[in-house]
Amino acid sequence: MSIDKDTVLKVANLNRLAISDAEAEKFVPELNNIMGFIEQLSEVNTDNVEPLANVVDTDLPLRKDEVSDGQCQDKVLANAPESMQGFYVVPKVVE
Amino acid sequence: MTNLTHLTIAEALNGLKSKDFSALELTEAHIAAMDTAKGLNAFVTETPEKAIQQAKESDARYQNGTNGALDGIPLAIKDLFCTEGVQTTASSHILEGFIPPYESTVTSNLFRDGAVMLGKTSLDEFAMGSSNTTSHFGNVINPWQGQDGKDLVPGGSSGGSAAAVAARISMGATGTDTGGSIRQPAAFCGLAGLKPTYGRCSRWGVVAFASSLDQPGPIARTAEDCAILLQSMAGHDPKDSTSAPRDIPDYTAALNGDLKGLKIGIPKEYRVEGMPIEIENLWQKGMEWMQDAGAEIVDVSLPHTKYALPTYYIIAPAEASSNLARYDGVRYGLRVDPEGTLDDMYKATRAEGFGDEVKRRIMIGAYVLSAGYYDAYYIKAQKVRRLILNDFMNAYKQCDVLLTPTAPSAAFAIGENEDDPIKMYLNDVFTVPASLAGLPGMSVAAGLSPEGLPLGLQILGRPWDEETVLKVGHRMEQQANFKSLPQTVVAKAA
Repeated sequence: MSIDKDTVLKVANLNRLAISDAEAEKFVPELNNIMGFIEQLSEVNTDNVEPLANVVDTDLPLRKDEVSDGQCQDKVLANAPESMQGFYVVPKVVE
Repeated sequence: MTNLTHLTIAEALNGLKSKDFSALELTEAHIAAMDTAKGLNAFVTETPEKAIQQAKESDARYQNGTNGALDGIPLAIKDLFCTEGVQTTASSHILEGFIPPYESTVTSNLFRDGAVMLGKTSLDEFAMGSSNTTSHFGNVINPWQGQDGKDLVPGGSSGGSAAAVAARISMGATGTDTGGSIRQPAAFCGLAGLKPTYGRCSRWGVVAFASSLDQPGPIARTAEDCAILLQSMAGHDPKDSTSAPRDIPDYTAALNGDLKGLKIGIPKEYRVEGMPIEIENLWQKGMEWMQDAGAEIVDVSLPHTKYALPTYYIIAPAEASSNLARYDGVRYGLRVDPEGTLDDMYKATRAEGFGDEVKRRIMIGAYVLSAGYYDAYYIKAQKVRRLILNDFMNAYKQCDVLLTPTAPSAAFAIGENEDDPIKMYLNDVFTVPASLAGLPGMSVAAGLSPEGLPLGLQILGRPWDEETVLKVGHRMEQQANFKSLPQTVVAKAA
């Protein structure tokens, strides 16, 4: 399965990347090249092999479900491109 | 007075303790070096005022005897570590202007022990690259120069860190290694660089690229200095659930152990086609040096080696695509608002904020994770990842460490390998397999190419066995006796 322009536009949308038709055209051969390289994996026999998600051979620890941080609204909002009265400001989402 | 910028960290700590010079003098010497080496573009943000302040506090601690293990040592911090009150960009336009309100665990540990921060070093954007040519803030130039005078890459992604240490601007630096980003730039710049076992150093406060692979580690001029830095950087952190609750051994004490009876494995699959003869020869020399030191050379096989890069280029982009979803133009960093919907704002922000390499990787990532391809690509890659780990575990039944070249070439010219992403990816052919297996690995400077450029040898160890890796690396340095300096440093001293 090779990647065509529509696929590039689709994965760009999945990533929320604005992309022009010309840019999409440019990415087609680049992404196909990478996917072609990746295709080699199909020749490896992986029957009965468990997927490896985490090389650390321990269970993930759980912490106590209690508040250990907070009361720092100023810090949380300090880097916001736009904030107002303790909230982030975004373009209107509800009519 | 001795040239303070040419001391190792170990030497500088001795000099500070015996009051041969002050922390302020040491830091000022490095700030002066930073000022004369701006052409390398190693730093995104320089913090000389902070450094002077920290050095003065360090001198006070030396006065009253409360000095820490790294007190007064000027370091460069890769601009992937969040530093409280100091801009942290990941070399990306999308994070330009981001001032973290918190400090990463690794930098907190370094400051706890008295380290001085000179500034934040450039990297490939979001640590995605092997040449430091994808930074939004321009290319970093290797202080080593080719015979034709062309500017060379310092390697990547920790290229600014490596350039700063090689140029004698900084005594050591932090790096992060996802597929080779500490070891390859260390090799390209004639330095020592250590990627610890995954989980040894906390990732908390490090801008995430591929969370199952990312691991902070030190870059310095010697294995001994790497041991000193790792001692401060490492340790369990409840804020990183993959950080290991293990005791930290005494790494400097491990340096001088005997190599007698140690078995060093040579993986036959690392003899790749087209490997330059000087790298083949250096590898052979490395084996002889280790035999002279009493170690035994054993041939081993890692049969899935050739599948490591394709596996990596599924897993790392998949994790990146997920991790980078957080850059939405709402909470921090760049916002581009075309006055449309919320989605339009996300899309415009991310289109302008990310460079092409980042876009390529997150698109590959979304593709391999998308419905219909998830099993064929992502799960398949996770299965091959287990086979790669099994290869290493089988090899370690026959040997204690592995010895390989670090990279398939010396540093290349800026602009080379840019026409084809795969060519660039092949730089990491020897470093990526151990990253997928989470193993500790170190590159040490071992020789020069015929063009006079540094070449590195890589030592890989068993999980959590940084001690043996450091011991072998330290002995390799003694045998190799690498004393060459980058041409830019020699010219400045003359």
